[in-house]
Amino acid sequence: MDHRVTQFDEMDGVDGATRPPYHKLSQWLAGTPPELLASRREQAELLFRRIGITFAVYGAQEATERLIPFDILPRIIARSEWSALEKGLVQRVTALNLFLKDIYGAGDILKAGVVPSELVYRNPGYCPEMAGRRVPHDVYCHIAGVDIVRTDDHGFYVLEDNARTPSGVSYMLENREVMMRLFPELFAMHRVAPIEDYPDELLATLRSVAPPRAPGDPTIAVLTPGQYNSAYYEHSFLADKLGVELVEGRDLFVKDDIVYMRTTEGPRRVDVIYRRIDDDFLDPLTFRPDSALGVAGLIGAYHAGNVTLANAVGTGVADDKAMYTYMPEIIKFYLGQEPLLQNVPTWRCREPDALSYVLDHLDELVVKEVNGSGGYGMLVGPHASRAQIEEFRAKLKAHPDNFIAQPTLALSTCPISLAKGVAPRHVDLRPFVLSGAKGVRVVPGGLTRVAMTEKSLVVNSSQGGGTKDTWVIDDAILGPA
Amino acid sequence: MRIRIRHETTYRYLEPAKSAIQHLRLTPRNYDGQHVSDWRIDVDRDCRLLQSEDAFGNIVHRFTADGPFDSLSTVVEGEITTFDTAGVASGTLERFPPELYLRQTALTAPNAAIADFARASTAGESGMLAALHALLAALHERMAFDTDATHSATTAAEAFAHGRGVCQDFAHLYIACARAIGAPARYVSGYYLRTDGDEQVAGHAWAEAYVEDLGWVGFDPANGVSPGERHIRLAIALDYLSAAPIRGARAGGAGETMEVKVRVAPTQQTQSQSQ
Repeated sequence: MDHRVTQFDEMDGVDGATRPPYHKLSQWLAGTPPELLASRREQAELLFRRIGITFAVYGAQEATERLIPFDILPRIIARSEWSALEKGLVQRVTALNLFLKDIYGAGDILKAGVVPSELVYRNPGYCPEMAGRRVPHDVYCHIAGVDIVRTDDHGFYVLEDNARTPSGVSYMLENREVMMRLFPELFAMHRVAPIEDYPDELLATLRSVAPPRAPGDPTIAVLTPGQYNSAYYEHSFLADKLGVELVEGRDLFVKDDIVYMRTTEGPRRVDVIYRRIDDDFLDPLTFRPDSALGVAGLIGAYHAGNVTLANAVGTGVADDKAMYTYMPEIIKFYLGQEPLLQNVPTWRCREPDALSYVLDHLDELVVKEVNGSGGYGMLVGPHASRAQIEEFRAKLKAHPDNFIAQPTLALSTCPISLAKGVAPRHVDLRPFVLSGAKGVRVVPGGLTRVAMTEKSLVVNSSQGGGTKDTWVIDDAILGPA
Repeated sequence: MRIRIRHETTYRYLEPAKSAIQHLRLTPRNYDGQHVSDWRIDVDRDCRLLQSEDAFGNIVHRFTADGPFDSLSTVVEGEITTFDTAGVASGTLERFPPELYLRQTALTAPNAAIADFARASTAGESGMLAALHALLAALHERMAFDTDATHSATTAAEAFAHGRGVCQDFAHLYIACARAIGAPARYVSGYYLRTDGDEQVAGHAWAEAYVEDLGWVGFDPANGVSPGERHIRLAIALDYLSAAPIRGARAGGAGETMEVKVRVAPTQQTQSQSQ
């Protein structure tokens, strides 16, 4: 099966006719000499090096810090397309928060048999310690990064709900900054929705979920595992943009269920922690006793209602790839609405019929570990060797519960600028969805990730993927100038 | 049976501790098999004991103490009347449906050897209760009691490979096997009134497994028996880690050693000593 037959390009559609949101970019590209593009690519590289935005890659021969490849051509989404996507995202994350409140509370959806209870209670992401607890305003997933792909002119699909500690927002913001410096003329030609207020929105979200007893001006901190974490750059970037302290576990301590931060002026009470540490490492008294990254007693303070953790503990149960397959039912159950965003059709390998289908079609499917992330432990059938396929066949037979499978989607492509000219590459989109006391909000756009290798479908930065600036532009100014 | 318990845990440090924080699961609850008539906790440092309940329904006391200090001692003491319930733990506080306790943890995750053992030792038994009793006998037979072979972070798989361990390891293995054959199972930390003397160097641990139409049933694989009047239930959870009597952390206090003294005795014999 040749996937290029139905390939949808965000600029050229399926038939090569430039789609309206890209008219001006396309004209501009046609009139821009290759040397200019080359020099802008170089400038972009220099700017990113100067900013120092790097990403540590696990599993490489030596510990490597490197720049994530950046492509200078923006990915453009029309306002009308975005509005539909935004409504779908708000709906989805609203349902996600209701689901988390329910499974750690009354458990109505389990009693109704809509989601199998074993998928919750035996899920590694489910946190028994959260059962029976309430969190401020019932918001669990304050920051979600929902991975979206599109396959044609109308279809956006949700690929994954990242409800734990999604990263990438710093790239979204940096990409925009760099683009505004490099291409003022392009911004002058388009009315691009601003994203610069994301840090303000994030700060407002975090403030809104401060414990009820916290002062009107709550103290917020970003908790990082430290400089060896792959996303450390982002943690320090966000703390800086939010104007709050960046702390490691050793900078915090708990006394009588209150969390304090050590400062030069003495201990200072902390009310909200935007934590970028996984659940397991948060508190050695409650979770892994060998964790040196967390804060002893943090969960005690959390349960006492003296500090808010964002995201809440135990959100991983909702972004599990097995739970993902139930999202349409979850949305209907809590909101009584049809899902506005579609799931990618998914085979649950835990179901015998699905498993046998998947085993018979491994060369066509994408197989993913239920609890995996970052593109690790994944089989892309059409691009896999016979040996890789057989390896996955054995894994699937041994532990079918651990896997789901999806058709190899003809992910849309977007043009990127290379030395040899403009060429299409597969992309996805990670919009960042903020949930606070006042509702759910999405910054227009998100992070577009690009598979830099020709025909590759893997966009994860840990697997060599790159990024692009993402523009949401007003339809009113679409069309030939 | 009226049983008096005194449980003292002392941490000593070569270098003074600057501060310490601890979570204590050291307060028993009533159920059909036991009535707590008197119970107290003492920490020998200035601190506020904050009481709460964990997700499994256990009573937890939390405290932070500021140093410097060279030692930190916690004593719990009280009297409990126990009743024989034929091994069934009824009248307990249940915060989760039984199926939660099918959840394996890092300490209980069964490897192939454990799964094989669980299947082989329960094959041919009619009904879950019979299978669980067969498992109790098989595990008691298979594992040797040895206080030197394992430590508090030993997994069920490691203990099984050694073929030896302490009550904690027996309990983890029992739980691993029970869950592997589809029975919800959980860890119970508590005390045991021995027949060979009152003084002990550790608390006790066993398992409970859930049987349809009967409820939670106790199994004490270290002793090869079902818990009875001599067992005092302290806390339940998925494994040792979430039921541990004490979990703590400290700043400073290098060179920590821990000493545990447990005295479990019938009330009549100890009345003169305890007053």
